[in-house]
Amino acid sequence: MKKKWPLWEVFVRSRNGLEHRHFGSLHAADAEMALENARDVYTRRNEGVSIWVVESKDITASNPENNGELFEPAQDKVYRHPTFYDLPDEVKHM
Amino acid sequence: MKEHLYKYILGIADNSLILGQRLGELCGHGPSLEIDIACTNISLDLFGQTRSYYQYAAKVKGEGATEDDIAFLRREREYVNLLLVEQPNKNFAQTMARQFLFDVYHFLLLQELEKSRDLTLAAIAKKSIKEVSYHLRFSSDWIKRLGDGTEVSHQKIQEAIDALWTYTDELFHQTEADKAMIAEGIGVDLTQFKDEYFEKVAATLEEATLKVPDTKWFQKGGKQGIHTEHLGYLLSDLQYMQRTYPNMEW
Repeated sequence: MKKKWPLWEVFVRSRNGLEHRHFGSLHAADAEMALENARDVYTRRNEGVSIWVVESKDITASNPENNGELFEPAQDKVYRHPTFYDLPDEVKHM
Repeated sequence: MKEHLYKYILGIADNSLILGQRLGELCGHGPSLEIDIACTNISLDLFGQTRSYYQYAAKVKGEGATEDDIAFLRREREYVNLLLVEQPNKNFAQTMARQFLFDVYHFLLLQELEKSRDLTLAAIAKKSIKEVSYHLRFSSDWIKRLGDGTEVSHQKIQEAIDALWTYTDELFHQTEADKAMIAEGIGVDLTQFKDEYFEKVAATLEEATLKVPDTKWFQKGGKQGIHTEHLGYLLSDLQYMQRTYPNMEW
């Protein structure tokens, strides 16, 4: 039975005001079951206030083989990090 | 009054204990990891409710009684749970059918118990009903999925409903303790939601393309401590640790 159930990705918002974060994946026959399963598997220790589920096949992912061209060019461009500025003490959350 | 209240609390609490134990048997044996966790979550909800009731029952009884004595050290005839909840898991359809037939009842019962004049019982009901709303949603969904699923799932869930239907009339039997507590404004008069129960159950079965069984003969006895042969085996598992190592604690 389970073999036929598609895979779903689960995103949970842990508190109001925070963004949904990827928590993991699970199997379910449809979206409604995926939500119920996500509630039982990922929020049983009071982890969340909101759940999103999306079928894994609907996610377009970058190919790890292309990591070289996609991500490595950014490695030597430290000037893109805002670390060269002196922040005033009053600015607390940067 | 005290004796009746004690028995009345057990009449509600024992259902949660025994059904919780049944669902707990599935830990590590559910049909899939997700369903396994869902069933044991429900089991833990029920155990949590049971503890609140037994703590209160121990207080009412006095004489140094504890929640553990009440849960683990009674004899089979002293448990007053419904026959429905002690029925074995057998297969997933039977587990869900048992759950559904109990959840509809449990929800309606707690809805009324919230209005009890006994503030402790009302508070436990108020806390528990959120959990039970989810149980009901979960089991109703599965009744529909299995009923309106494949030919095999339809057949299995129909068989399970047919097999368990004989235990549904007992849900509405009222004991001496029940009647005494109703008179005090503490207990819930079960007869007032009997029709609603069967209407709700029928509506879900219909949506699931299932038939309401036309069983005319009903089992009874759980509320008087007369159980089916399944309860003894369940209790020997449940009581093993406490009987082998008296007074053990986690």
